[in-house]
Amino acid sequence: MKRDNSIKTAGVSGYLLFLLVSFMYGFSPGKEIGHNFISFSIDMLKLLPCAFILIGLFEVWVKRETIEKHFGEESGIRGYIWALLLGGATIGGLYVSFPIAYSLYRKGAKLSIILTYIGASGICRVPMTVFEISFMGIKFTIIRLMVSIPLVILTSIALGDYLTKKNYKIEKGK
Amino acid sequence: MYYLYIATGFALLLSFIVNREKTFKAITIATHRFVNILPAFVSMLIVVSIVLFLIPDELISNYLGKNNIFIGLIFASFFGSITLMPGFIAFPLCGILLKKGVLYMVLSAFSTTLMIVGVLTYPIEKKYFGVRLTILRNMMSLFIALFVALMTGIFFREIF
Repeated sequence: MKRDNSIKTAGVSGYLLFLLVSFMYGFSPGKEIGHNFISFSIDMLKLLPCAFILIGLFEVWVKRETIEKHFGEESGIRGYIWALLLGGATIGGLYVSFPIAYSLYRKGAKLSIILTYIGASGICRVPMTVFEISFMGIKFTIIRLMVSIPLVILTSIALGDYLTKKNYKIEKGK
Repeated sequence: MYYLYIATGFALLLSFIVNREKTFKAITIATHRFVNILPAFVSMLIVVSIVLFLIPDELISNYLGKNNIFIGLIFASFFGSITLMPGFIAFPLCGILLKKGVLYMVLSAFSTTLMIVGVLTYPIEKKYFGVRLTILRNMMSLFIALFVALMTGIFFREIF
């Protein structure tokens, strides 16, 4: 970890030194890279504070535990809606949702609902969506959500039913 | 971009009126998050600034733009499937590429596969859910991602 850090520090300072020298002596490739870096950074700084504040507000106001409590009690369409909500409130990537999905399965949730949750935690995580809207525009996000959410639910039902019929059993460690 | 400022300002104001303490906590969380990912961010910007200098703009807009939609989609979904990248790095990167002329649908294929197809997470997923379910789920997800990309292309009038 420490070695990794020092390599990074060396890399960053080397880069900055290179830019500085390039600007001093008018080395044009270096100047161009520097312009790239600055213009990207400015673009980021315009959007990042808003995105992070929205994520902070989301985390303070939405309690994941409340959603989790309702999970599994409801069957039918409601089960899928809770799966979407819980997926949206998940933080982190797929590797975070696998253990949660597994524990929900142990608590008796249906396979198709579990699959919906995994899909939802990928496609409609709120913090990530905030970033997406900031950088890609709201139209992009709306199209993506409107198309992918129904597909995730449908394929989850199909896959869940198919595997349940085949008596597929999930055993950890296999 | 302005609606983001307006939405943030409105949310912040509303939150502040309802509960001051929670609002300050939210800002603290936001600052922490920001500071925590800043190094990863700077590294990304450095790499991107160099890579985009080395690869001419025409090459990018040629291969990931309108002329080669099929190649662009394959390329994007391949990279999206095999890489692990948090959304707060991926979307800013997509934003930069968008300005370089990369199609919305290509970026959609990249970001969607990034989110739901996991080749690198295969060992973890397999451990929890078994080989068959893992493979089927990932195949379905790839199909979903390509379909989403197609629809994105249609709505942004990039194809047809």
